Amino acid sequence: MQLYLPIADLPVNIFLVLAMGAAVGFVSGMFGIGGGFLMTPLLIFIGITPAVAVASVASHIAASSFSGALSYWRRRAIDPALASVLLCGGVTGTALGVWTFTQLRALGQLDLMIALSYVMLLTTVGSLMFSEGLRALMRTRRGAVPPRRTHNWIHGLPLKMRFKRSKIYLSVIPVAIVGVVIGFIGAIMGIGGGFILVPIMIYLLRVPTSTVIGTSMVLTLVTMLFATLLHAVTNHLVDAVLALILMVGGVTGAQFGARAGQKIRGEQLRLLLGLLILSVGVRFAIELVIRPEDIFTIRELGVSG
Amino acid sequence: MRAALAVLLVLLLGSVARAERLIVSVSNHRVTVTPNYSGEELVLFGSVEKDASTPADRKTYDLVVTVMGPRADMMTRRKERTFGIWINTDYRQFLQVPSYLALFANRSFEAITSPEIARRQQVGLNNVLLTQRVSGDYADVVPNDAFRSAFVRLRTERGLYREDPTAVTFLTPTLFRTGIPLPAEVPIGTYQVEIKLFADGAFIGKTETAFEIVKVGFEQFVATTARQNGFIYGLVTAAMALMTGWMASIVFRKD
Repeated sequence: MQLYLPIADLPVNIFLVLAMGAAVGFVSGMFGIGGGFLMTPLLIFIGITPAVAVASVASHIAASSFSGALSYWRRRAIDPALASVLLCGGVTGTALGVWTFTQLRALGQLDLMIALSYVMLLTTVGSLMFSEGLRALMRTRRGAVPPRRTHNWIHGLPLKMRFKRSKIYLSVIPVAIVGVVIGFIGAIMGIGGGFILVPIMIYLLRVPTSTVIGTSMVLTLVTMLFATLLHAVTNHLVDAVLALILMVGGVTGAQFGARAGQKIRGEQLRLLLGLLILSVGVRFAIELVIRPEDIFTIRELGVSG
Repeated sequence: MRAALAVLLVLLLGSVARAERLIVSVSNHRVTVTPNYSGEELVLFGSVEKDASTPADRKTYDLVVTVMGPRADMMTRRKERTFGIWINTDYRQFLQVPSYLALFANRSFEAITSPEIARRQQVGLNNVLLTQRVSGDYADVVPNDAFRSAFVRLRTERGLYREDPTAVTFLTPTLFRTGIPLPAEVPIGTYQVEIKLFADGAFIGKTETAFEIVKVGFEQFVATTARQNGFIYGLVTAAMALMTGWMASIVFRKD
């Protein structure tokens, strides 16, 4: 069944988009991530312009992270204090990100920057995650105990604050900076940033695993809601119809993904996720290097009459 | 530029010696695009009415039909290989060019008239005026200009620019019809249709008609709201995201 997307200005098959939402939802439920880094490229692949894809996926991620955050809230697995410090940074970062997005679009370099950011971020994070997963897998094979982590330089910074529920005593500076960075890249790339945020919070900030996912979901939720609003106000690029189909597919798929994820071991899961992230990054890299099908592009600058 | 166009128009109209009258009509003056619209074809038909001043030996006519959609500024960018990757480097802005452009005729444009008249009457995609901003100046360029030909080619690939020298059929020597295909992603707005009459290679008259493409229904409402009330639209979308997330957490709640 064909459906016309009002903002993307494109007829699409409703079942194709629904299936894409469900597939990405499945993966995101399995790994406990938002899935924006898969959804945005997929939308670009079916012919939606990168700008519309990025802006619309923001609301899709907001939906899936809200249902996640609700269930973590019920289990008291969210640290409100930590979340609010992250949010201060996150909201600033999102505003900066949307502003940069608008500037790049006017310069005609938005698509390039989206592709470049995907290549850099995904190949780095993907290979780190993959190698880490591989090492962890080999360790468990050998039956060795993982090395105990000690405090690092981040814990020497001033402006310390006690985060009760996470049981950590930490400076607010690195927390807010992490928020800014995630908010910024999220607004430009159309990703929630969960797949970067969670490792940073675990390895750098030493947030315990009990609160890390729930708290990161709160940050994702608020930055993505804010990004939706800003993209709608400044660039008029949020396609609500597209977003709704993605949301419905996404939240459904996520439930089945979560069940599948429980059957796989943690190290294997990280290995798979690393591989997935890496392959999306490589896909973008190839696209940049090979000669494009068409070296010319047209953009309409507003219709008159 | 508008003034230049107006002058051009006056010149064109002034040069017409009306010996024949063209009577035309389109099958539908108001095309509504619904959410499941996947393209349509309008039909234009008409007849050539002779009058007393028509030379008696004039038997056959040639017709060129030009359909122009709402005008818009368009940016065409060219990618070049820089540091191993493909980057948008050069660009050209097309000013107030038709978003939809179709040229139909009953036989090849070359056979209908001379290159000079074809250029003056803008017959054929190569001869239609597409104004570019070239380093502060406004002008159309030669048809084989890289940007111009890429622009025409890209629009043609999307079905928005087309030329078909066989689309006009004469049912009788004076009665004719042609189809106007409108693709799924057709721009909304007012479309101008110009019908130019030629005989023995000479331009002898023209007439104009118009039709309108409007989008109706929910999707148009969404598009308008998004452009005019961005803030409210954003709020509603955000609320929708929260609702969907909340409903999902209720439906799939594990107790």
